[in-house]
Amino acid sequence: MSSPALYLTHLIAAVAALAWGVGVHADPLPKHLRDTGLDESRNLSFSPQYPLWSDGAHKRRWIYLPPGTAIDASRPDAWEFPPGTRLWKEFSLTGPVETRFIERLPDGTWRYAAYVWNEERTDATLAPSEGIAALPTHDGYSIPSESDCRACHESAAVPVLGFSALQLSSDRDSLAPHADALTDIDLGGLVARGLIKNLPPGSTRPRIDASWQIERASLGYLHGNCGHCHNETDTRVPVDLTLAQSVIAGSAGSDRVLRSLLNVRSRFLARVSSRNPQKQMPPLGTRHIDVEALALLERWISEKSSTTEESKP
Amino acid sequence: MNRLKQTCVWPVTGMFLLGAITLATEPARAADSDAAKVARGKYLVTTSACNDCHTPWHVGPAGPEPDMSRMLSGHPESLVINQPATLPAGPWTLAAAPTNTAWSGAWGVSFTANLTPDAETGLGKWTQATFMQAIRTGRHMGRGRQILPPMPIAMYRNFTDEDFGAIFAYLRSIPPIKNRVPEPLPPGATAAAVEK
Repeated sequence: MSSPALYLTHLIAAVAALAWGVGVHADPLPKHLRDTGLDESRNLSFSPQYPLWSDGAHKRRWIYLPPGTAIDASRPDAWEFPPGTRLWKEFSLTGPVETRFIERLPDGTWRYAAYVWNEERTDATLAPSEGIAALPTHDGYSIPSESDCRACHESAAVPVLGFSALQLSSDRDSLAPHADALTDIDLGGLVARGLIKNLPPGSTRPRIDASWQIERASLGYLHGNCGHCHNETDTRVPVDLTLAQSVIAGSAGSDRVLRSLLNVRSRFLARVSSRNPQKQMPPLGTRHIDVEALALLERWISEKSSTTEESKP
Repeated sequence: MNRLKQTCVWPVTGMFLLGAITLATEPARAADSDAAKVARGKYLVTTSACNDCHTPWHVGPAGPEPDMSRMLSGHPESLVINQPATLPAGPWTLAAAPTNTAWSGAWGVSFTANLTPDAETGLGKWTQATFMQAIRTGRHMGRGRQILPPMPIAMYRNFTDEDFGAIFAYLRSIPPIKNRVPEPLPPGATAAAVEK
């Protein structure tokens, strides 16, 4: 090959390599869950105290942080996860149905996937990015699309929703609907193991500021099920309704939630108690009303409304 | 020495002048850029048939036409529709209200959205990102219920980021109109039955 042709070949190869390396995920998503790095014996399992309602599915969760890295908790409501962070959430009915996976990439972006278990429960394979509307083996159970994953996870201050200061607080809420028992570790344990840095001193036991237990559990449920879209970040839905809690001292989270919620309480309860797809809240990931939580919210809102009415001059 | 002074002073003076000119022209350039973006957005909106459904139609002197006094304000809240249409026998699959803003089909009844920048009933509180996510995902506000037919999501999701930016800039520039569009009705429903 003549030297100009060789030079041109090298130039094309260099440009192609550069194009491939910029803005493109380093590796495609593995086809099998087992190749994502999930190792139940080595990854940390965790359980948020205010879990998302998933029609009664039993859930298990794990996190992996690259060796030598830690989560930066300088912003208490928006932790900074190191590139390479991976999280898994397994959904089970009579057995595992799907395992969802999110990963932070070297460029700081996140990617999302779902793996569907076979009937023998021996293998889980990557679902199509457009999701699966109804699994024939599980009574219409649906697998979310990638855009559905982003819809909820990227409306919040940080896309990791169940692994935060409030969700992992050592001061667990005993009335929180559907909460699993504490697993491997809580916030204090994470700090002690050096996996979280820059957490403000004395803040390993954040607790929702509420006047009674029902209120605390209600606010926690709203935070875990609605707060990822209804919050005060720039990426929130354009609706005047704040249901997310803050662990920053003095943020008066309960007052703020109450003010916005009581104005729309009848419409709010109508949506929470509906599974008409055009009306229901949450709009994604559920086909069955959360009866236990609905009763809790109705009781809290009813008592709060009467108190508010009584206090009017 | 004088020559040295001249050598140093003139380039410095030139840099200041250049900086001053740049600063003076920057706002004008930005305004031109914004105007061009809005103009591009208007072009896309008017050639992509947005007014066909999001502006209520009325019968004008020359026949049915979009009522531009209600431009892009969506289905008029004054035109109350409680149930889906009953279609006649034959190969018919959908029916439209005379305003062309309500559509009845297998999905129930859909009402076109208020795209004006009214803060309470339109897109006034939306961000460009929300607008883009809504079209790309086919979900209301980018994360809510499905956006229903006849909205051609499958086509419009192919707009580029720049297109979405231009369209949103134009929609922010038009007059706000207060008009609260109703929620969609499911198939076979009446307004009372929709509550559950």
